[in-house]
Amino acid sequence: MMPLLTTKGLSRDFGGLRAVDSVDFSLMPGEIRAVIGPNGAGKTTFVSLVSGRIQPSSGMIVFDGTDITTQPACVRVRRGIAYTFQITSVFANLSAYDNVALPVQRTLSDGRSKGAVRAGVMSALERTGLADRAHMPAGQLSYGHQRLLEVAMGLALKPRLLILDEPTQGLADSEIDNFISLVRDIAKNATVLLIEHNMPVVMQLADRITVFNAGKILAEGTPEAIRDNAAVQEAYLGTAP
Amino acid sequence: MSEASPVKAYALHLGVVGLLFVLSFLLPEYYHGLLARIMVLAVFAMGYNMLFGYVGLLSLGHAMFFAAGLYGAGLAVIQLGWSVPAAFAAGLACGVVVSLVIGLLALRTTGVAFMIVTMMFAQVFYLLILYFATWTGGDQGMVVPQPARVLSFGATSLELTNPTVRYMTALALFSIVLLVTLAIVRSRYGRVLVAIRENEERTKMLGYDTFSNKLAAVVISGIICAASGAAYALLFGYVGSSFASVQYSILPLLWVLLGGAATTLGPLIGTLFMYYVIDITSGYTSAYLLIVGIALILLVLFFPKGILGSIRQRWLGWLP
Repeated sequence: MMPLLTTKGLSRDFGGLRAVDSVDFSLMPGEIRAVIGPNGAGKTTFVSLVSGRIQPSSGMIVFDGTDITTQPACVRVRRGIAYTFQITSVFANLSAYDNVALPVQRTLSDGRSKGAVRAGVMSALERTGLADRAHMPAGQLSYGHQRLLEVAMGLALKPRLLILDEPTQGLADSEIDNFISLVRDIAKNATVLLIEHNMPVVMQLADRITVFNAGKILAEGTPEAIRDNAAVQEAYLGTAP
Repeated sequence: MSEASPVKAYALHLGVVGLLFVLSFLLPEYYHGLLARIMVLAVFAMGYNMLFGYVGLLSLGHAMFFAAGLYGAGLAVIQLGWSVPAAFAAGLACGVVVSLVIGLLALRTTGVAFMIVTMMFAQVFYLLILYFATWTGGDQGMVVPQPARVLSFGATSLELTNPTVRYMTALALFSIVLLVTLAIVRSRYGRVLVAIRENEERTKMLGYDTFSNKLAAVVISGIICAASGAAYALLFGYVGSSFASVQYSILPLLWVLLGGAATTLGPLIGTLFMYYVIDITSGYTSAYLLIVGIALILLVLFFPKGILGSIRQRWLGWLP
């Protein structure tokens, strides 16, 4: 099977700092992949390169067989790469409904009908449990709900690859359980690339885990293999479980 | 924005148009003429609001779009002897060309740089008008001769110099532009424009090419302002370089801020308010600009969102 996403020698320098250092990465369709690593390991920079928010210093990115290295972010989104922000970045002055309507109306092929936008928006809001808050300004939602709204906006893009950047940060434990089932639900029709610090979430969700350190991939494998990997244990998970 | 009460919004706008129609028969002669002028200039303000209010791009060069319509239409009549409808179309065409070129160049910048770039282009436009005085009349301007300002439909002809015809033509233009802006801001495209104003980076990450959306908005804004300029030349018969000066780039900003940015009726309210304050105060004192200035400061202090913007915030959330 052909990988959905491949990077070859992908690097990005910020001044003298090499935030992402010749990363070779590949992701199979349908996978839930978690990316973990300490702060400053280059995880967010890496997914920003994939989504097109920043340009690489060198290397190439191939999505679904096409070289997308030089394509602008909006074209990559149209190809099916959706990115949800680490720092919540909803449109605070617009209603939750309008926030989701923006991605929905762009992905609709049948252009005109008002009902189709409404149905698309409400389905994304229902999946994330925000339907009863549709008309609240997004800025007035609780932090956890704003994170869910981010996910709803990503969902509404009907992505083939959904990149979630620390989605459970700031969520309550009860919200995290719902979130895990939501991601499983999403993964039925999309590949998920998840940056996450919460280890129980990672262990429950991920098919495979990629560990980043100092801009490089330190290890990659199944959750069990990563759990048993001595180097990873020592560096990131503390003492052995 | 899009879901709430379309019927209410359209009823309100049609009501305003109806009120302006009735006022034509009630107002004394002086105010009748003044209101016709205000409606044409409110169209200019609506064009400005399209870009400033909804996309959040503050331009200080919109006088050049107004002047493109003014000179496009004026020169077509005076130098080429074109009929009124053809001259109006020429004004619109000039607006499209100028706004497309300026948009392509100026949209490479944002924020303060965008303000300065648009202002500089407008200044170039103004100086070009003065430089080509042989055709444009330079700082004297030109008068569109009365016999040329006639709309003919076969045997019947309407003289645009007639106050009632002039008022109704101004009202027709105003109504069309008002309903078109209302439709645009309630459309999906309007939602994208507001999203760009609120957070351009995020809008890109939802798959929108923000540059082309902004360019389209500059051109729509440019066409509306040019329509106002062309109508001004044909209805009031004067084509002057002062309309291309920096003062006429700042006036629509003031009108929009006063009436309420990103409200469809704000530009009309702001233009009306400013004209009447000047009209009333200049009757009492020659230092009327001082009073206008104080009124503006008070408004900005107590109604930072403008008249309609504050009303929408406090009482009528459904206002478009």
